[in-house]
Amino acid sequence: MVKRIIALLLLGAIGCLFASLLGGYRPDGELNLLARYYAEKTAADIGAANIVTAIVVTYRGLDTLGEVTVLFLAATIVGLVLKQGHPSGQALRVLAPVGELLTTGSRFLAPLIFLLALYVFANGHLTPGGGFQGGAIIASAMLLLLLAAPRRHFSHGLIAVVESFSGLFYVATGTLGLFLAGGFLDNRILPIGTLGELFSAGTIPLIYSLIGLKVGTEFSSMLAHLSETEEL
Amino acid sequence: MVHLIMATGFLLMLIGFYGALTNRNLLRMIVAFSVADTGINVVLVAMGYMRGRTAPILDGAVTARLALARIIDPVPQSLVLTAIVIGLGVTAMMLAFAYKLYQRRRSLDIAKFTELKW
Repeated sequence: MVKRIIALLLLGAIGCLFASLLGGYRPDGELNLLARYYAEKTAADIGAANIVTAIVVTYRGLDTLGEVTVLFLAATIVGLVLKQGHPSGQALRVLAPVGELLTTGSRFLAPLIFLLALYVFANGHLTPGGGFQGGAIIASAMLLLLLAAPRRHFSHGLIAVVESFSGLFYVATGTLGLFLAGGFLDNRILPIGTLGELFSAGTIPLIYSLIGLKVGTEFSSMLAHLSETEEL
Repeated sequence: MVHLIMATGFLLMLIGFYGALTNRNLLRMIVAFSVADTGINVVLVAMGYMRGRTAPILDGAVTARLALARIIDPVPQSLVLTAIVIGLGVTAMMLAFAYKLYQRRRSLDIAKFTELKW
């Protein structure tokens, strides 16, 4: 009880902080200096219609590489933690039958969801999509497959190969930018093209597709590892 | 309107903190952290919003020349894009650790784990 009161008092204090922040917040009337730079220069310099994508993949590409690395580490740690002491010879728990609807539905929907994921990350520079969103969509298709057949084992080898190669090509494309364009992860190795076309914005579609594959396989490996834990 | 969305975000954060502080069950704590995470993202996105403007995507309606006057701040959106993905990775790691703790102790009650207590 005392602990609950202390927690409530603490939350009250944080709530007061938030309230004062909220009370003093005035929305900007126009873009600040940084946002103005991105709004003015993106179309000419990067050639990406989606400015958020231009920031994530090119302007702050190094941070995105770091983010992908963090995600890779998280996926690896999940795999490592769940792999150890994985009971192999234990009797499997009997699961309730999945049901006709889910089985047939997943067979019909999973390829379509994969296709949507491809569309989302290939059009990351034009639409509000991109590698991370597409990767999450790939993982949702994997989740559907796992729900339809909980005992299904995905090939960890294949997942690891796709993940490693997409990561490798991502860094290689970035490094090429050092020699052929302005710097690491510069997208102007390939021609920028016309704003709004699929093959435009230099290497952004390529890099975002690689990120999409990498993120999708990472999420999938996390899901596969979590699903292979039998006891809970 | 922006203030309402931000208030929602702050409220979600407070709900998440409350859940993380008062629940004893590890899974519930993880859910609470996810809720707080969502609240932070809502606040960040709301910060980039500007009245009467549209998404930072250039097309026929928002040409490159008009962008300065027509789009909202793209920087918070990029930040939140990153934060969502990292939040998911962290959640997956927390779940993996919770599973491992359950395997060791056959319990998800945080009070049972006293090694680091002082």
